[in-house]
Amino acid sequence: MEHKNINVKLKVWRQKNSNDKGTFETYDAKNISQEMSFLEMFDVLNEELIAEGKDPIAFDHDCREGICGMCSMYINGRPHGPWEANTTCQLHMRAFNDGDTIVVEPWRANSFPVIKDLMVDRSAFDRIIQAGGYISVNTGNAVDANALPVDKAKADAAFAAAACIGCGACVAACKNSSAMLFVSAKVAHLNQLPQGEPEKNTRVLNMIAQMDKEGFGACTNTGACEAVCPKEISLTNIARLNADYAVASLTATK
Amino acid sequence: MTFKQMFTSSIGKKLVMGLTGLFLISFLIVHVSINACIFADLFNPDENGEMFNKAAHFMGSTVLIRILEVGLMAGIVLHIVQGYMLEMLNRKARAVGYDKPMGNVGSKWYSRSMGLLGTLLLLFFILHFSHFWVPARFTHQGLDIPVTYNGVDMHDMFGLMKVTFSQLWVVIAYIIGCISLFWHLMHGFQSAFRTVGVSNNRYLSLLNNIGIGFSLIVSVLFALMPIAMYLEWIG
Repeated sequence: MEHKNINVKLKVWRQKNSNDKGTFETYDAKNISQEMSFLEMFDVLNEELIAEGKDPIAFDHDCREGICGMCSMYINGRPHGPWEANTTCQLHMRAFNDGDTIVVEPWRANSFPVIKDLMVDRSAFDRIIQAGGYISVNTGNAVDANALPVDKAKADAAFAAAACIGCGACVAACKNSSAMLFVSAKVAHLNQLPQGEPEKNTRVLNMIAQMDKEGFGACTNTGACEAVCPKEISLTNIARLNADYAVASLTATK
Repeated sequence: MTFKQMFTSSIGKKLVMGLTGLFLISFLIVHVSINACIFADLFNPDENGEMFNKAAHFMGSTVLIRILEVGLMAGIVLHIVQGYMLEMLNRKARAVGYDKPMGNVGSKWYSRSMGLLGTLLLLFFILHFSHFWVPARFTHQGLDIPVTYNGVDMHDMFGLMKVTFSQLWVVIAYIIGCISLFWHLMHGFQSAFRTVGVSNNRYLSLLNNIGIGFSLIVSVLFALMPIAMYLEWIG
């Protein structure tokens, strides 16, 4: 592939803190290698801003290899940018052409308040996990692989759901700011396996109660979340969560 | 976990929407089937709405159906009220919107517009109820002259349809209502099954296809009724 350097115009959301109103600022990112990742392009821009004595643009990032779920930019009207099943850190500048204007916004949801610029507070997800996204037993040493039979189809479905990195793109994409794809992935991951089965009902009830408390909207099955999920978590998990919730709430004894 | 907690949770509210939606879908099957009796005129020149009037009379004079009618009204009200409450709740979840909205990425415009389509349907229902339900049940306006079949006097609902659908604006309003119904069902049919917990992908894709067929057949049949009467294909 031909190596090219490009110039792009960036329209970036700047907001000093959660109380600030915030506004868009325009920046020129010049001589950007198309082999850079989107975040590396921001690194270059930030170095320039620092050299000019300006405040660099705050953005979340950590592993930069698409598995931690920290990066969170809403790029040109799409969480994590234009590529399918991709995180912002794995989005490369070859996705753009010379002279493009790229609009970069933070995740927008009341449950994800902006901390600064493009960084949002996603601790609501942590609190949902704390409400039931775990197994409360000491697992001890690894047991013999054949001692605990698991249906292959269920193991595969649980594994696919466990791929969720909790980045929040589903909430950012949903017109209702619903966290249902995230919660359904966490529930599908644990409820289908024998280790998670005993706490199945309380898990669903507690996680949904916490999700509602955090102020996320309700799911209307539009499918926008599934389309932007970097880990391609299936919308079917939401239907399964609905069934699990109906059973759990109807059979609860108190 | 009380029933109140269950039905006021986000999933519980959706469950109310899904269950009432499925109930209203089952009603649509009955409604469109009975009304389709008007098309018997196409096959029998002496018909003049007899099959339809008899069917309408059966619906209006059978106790069980009158009881179900109360349930139907409750279902409609619940679906509307809960729908608006959910719409407001969901809109409130994002105070600051995006500069560049996602548009049709991953979702269909009609899936995102259930509130708008529902509002158009509500406006249509007000018109529709005032045309037929209110006269048939309460005012008997336009139904002064009964028709008699086998010695039984019945409302001439067919005659009322003919008069109502002789006005062009009414026909246009009904067609807009049917178009809204089509798009509302296109999302609502399959979404209702997901909400009540159908998670088997084999059934989900089947239900998706049935939903498209159902939305199309029901809406087109309903739309053909005022059109057929206005253009005097029947009656």
